[in-house]
Amino acid sequence: MSNPNDMRTPLGRVRGLGAAREGTGHFWLSRVTGLALVFLTLFVVGLLVALNGASYAELRAALSNPLVSLVLLVTILTGLYHMWLGMQEILLDYAHGDFWKYALLILNTFFSVAVGAVCVFALLKIAFGG
Amino acid sequence: MSQPATRAKPRPLSPHLMHYKLLPTMLMSGIHRASGAALYFGTLLVAWWVTAAAGPEDYFNWVAGIYGSWFGQLVLFGFTWALVVHMLGGIRHFIWDTGAMLEKHTATKLAWATLFGSIILTVVIWVVIIWARSAA
Repeated sequence: MSNPNDMRTPLGRVRGLGAAREGTGHFWLSRVTGLALVFLTLFVVGLLVALNGASYAELRAALSNPLVSLVLLVTILTGLYHMWLGMQEILLDYAHGDFWKYALLILNTFFSVAVGAVCVFALLKIAFGG
Repeated sequence: MSQPATRAKPRPLSPHLMHYKLLPTMLMSGIHRASGAALYFGTLLVAWWVTAAAGPEDYFNWVAGIYGSWFGQLVLFGFTWALVVHMLGGIRHFIWDTGAMLEKHTATKLAWATLFGSIILTVVIWVVIIWARSAA
């Protein structure tokens, strides 16, 4: 068990987190959301192909189906979380200097939350017949 | 803050990206990231579309007209490809996560499979879309 080359403190070993203090959390969450998105996206692409050329009334009828609405809500929230993680990774790779790094990381969060709020509100409005 | 009296010589940098020969795995790595970034901004199109559907009929028809124009369809075709190539790229990562198919020749074949698979799947999806539209 004890590795002579392990330079971590005993507490660091117990926590099992790396220098970023988050361990493999980021990696794991991007994989879990990605796995969910494979199935969710296939459903949504199928739905959109089926709704291709649908009128306003037909589309609203389809989007107010509770099952469709729920799957779309989960897809959007999962997708936004996945892309938020992904963009964070891109920014940490390319954004140099604290000002731009933090400014863009904050902007990433604002963008993801804003898109999510708009989509969720619109979908709920349709689902509840507004 | 006190600075060290003698600064160590600059640390070596890895060669710039442009010094490497472009390999299929490298290309697909770049496409995976670029398609992810494209999909990031593509969510704006999703948000606009659901907002239009939640709004009045006139506004929805105006937005649907834009999405249905040749330019709109071209953007949506690109959106579809970005989605498919990113999904297949993700599945490729799932395979690699298990430790399988990492051998370099296998990884190269997998990279080509991701690219050609994504093109074929995107075309199939759009053939179905156009077929469904003409059948309706």
